[in-house]
Amino acid sequence: MLSAHRLWFRYTANRPWILRDCSLTVPAGAVIGLWGDSGLGKTTLARLLAGYVKPSAGEVTLDGRALPARGFCPVQMVFQHPELAVNPRWRIHAILDEAYHPSQVLMEALSIEPGWLDRWPHELSGGELQRIAVARALHPATRFLLADEMTSMLDANTQAQLWQVVLSHARRHNLGVLAISHHQPLLERLCDTVIHLSDTGAATAPSQPGERG
Amino acid sequence: MLSVRHLSISFTMYDVGLRRKDLMVISDLSLSIEAGEIAAVVGASGSGKSLLAHAVLGILPRNATARGELMFKNEPLTPTRQAALRGREIALIPQSVSFLDPLMRVGAQARRAAQLGGHGSAAAEAQRRAFARYGLASAVERLYPFQVSGGMARRVLTALATVGRADLIIADEPTPGLHPAAVAETLGHLRELADQGRAVMLITHDLEAALEVADKIAVFYAGNTVEVANRADFTSRGAAGLRHPYTRALLCALPQNEFVAVPGAQPPADALPPGCLYAPRCQWATAECRAARPTLRPLTNGYVRCVHAEVLVGRPACNYPSTTRSHTQVSRC
Repeated sequence: MLSAHRLWFRYTANRPWILRDCSLTVPAGAVIGLWGDSGLGKTTLARLLAGYVKPSAGEVTLDGRALPARGFCPVQMVFQHPELAVNPRWRIHAILDEAYHPSQVLMEALSIEPGWLDRWPHELSGGELQRIAVARALHPATRFLLADEMTSMLDANTQAQLWQVVLSHARRHNLGVLAISHHQPLLERLCDTVIHLSDTGAATAPSQPGERG
Repeated sequence: MLSVRHLSISFTMYDVGLRRKDLMVISDLSLSIEAGEIAAVVGASGSGKSLLAHAVLGILPRNATARGELMFKNEPLTPTRQAALRGREIALIPQSVSFLDPLMRVGAQARRAAQLGGHGSAAAEAQRRAFARYGLASAVERLYPFQVSGGMARRVLTALATVGRADLIIADEPTPGLHPAAVAETLGHLRELADQGRAVMLITHDLEAALEVADKIAVFYAGNTVEVANRADFTSRGAAGLRHPYTRALLCALPQNEFVAVPGAQPPADALPPGCLYAPRCQWATAECRAARPTLRPLTNGYVRCVHAEVLVGRPACNYPSTTRSHTQVSRC
């Protein structure tokens, strides 16, 4: 299980707190939603959970231990804007190969056309590039996936397509998923539990996720 | 107000070395917008939505060639006329504040826009009125674009586009990244502009946002208009009035409906199928669809580009609205 224990975070000592005493748990195999207004620190919380930034106080643990300091991080994040998450000077196949070689089954489930692999990131549309980002994040060693507004730039059909792939992969591999979104109907559709992040302080997850429907 | 017929846009690109190739990214777009109306343009990324806006404004890159008929107030939109009209009679609400001059305070940019928009010496007064209308305090005038964020940025951009006397407002993707209250406010502002008698083109990938406020919805797929529908076609029970399989699939894919997706992806511009562009993904596709590209034709108070439309109309598109899953608990912090 992936846990945030009483996280506090601010960029520097003279800046305001972004997160204050925030605790949250994503059990393996669970799909947890995170909902709240802009600027409440949803993305910051995800970046702390994935190890991109270190908390000012508190700790992030994966099965009771700190996140690995080197090597592949089992907590992977998918961002809202895929064009900012890939190297613009690498072709698509290099972007994927840096992580691993996704299976043919996964590539087909995501409708990634073989012809895209020889292109540059700017030659793909946002929806096409996000499929690449999702394929890359679903590495066999990934245990938790943090999807930060993963489909908010995409049309309804592509959104459903990407989430169906992620959900079925999560079920098969017992992946824990944290879905961050402004869109309540989406979270209600995806998640066992939706956590409402409020501006009065921290998020706390109920200890028991609900039954999957 | 605006009429676009059979618009095509191709880009001349360098292939290998000095060999050039023409890539047609929009092959047949049609759309009309009347005064007092919001027409939403809905489609996946890469379907040609933003290029349509750029073609109307005459700001396509130099290696692009547009063909087809563009009419504004019943006169052809020539490059000279576009240069004279944009910012005056046709205004753009861009996607983000990164479209503004980063070194100029937003109040000054609004006054400049008011001047161009025909307010002349009364520009400052017009700017103050527009800011007040959108709930922007006078201190906001002195901010630089990078200092306004989220919902406030939307209001600044809307104020900038409406400070003049534009009759056609083009809003490019105004909703992503905003929280629900700000989305509702932004869409409300567009509705108000239409109710004042302006024509509004709402470009969005967000079908739900379009269904909130638009009078009609044009659905784009791979550079084609596949359907022009009225809002009621979507919102009536079962959405049985929808004419095109892709439109129906989009509606069914919403999380509050069935959340099912049609497999596959939009075909790339350099490998379009010979027949109907949607045929490779369409459950209704027949040999006829694969042989020749259907034309956009009128049907039941809308338009459709599908030979099977008559069979579809009258059948429910999906369980709409369906029940959402009930096990979600919402916990406050």
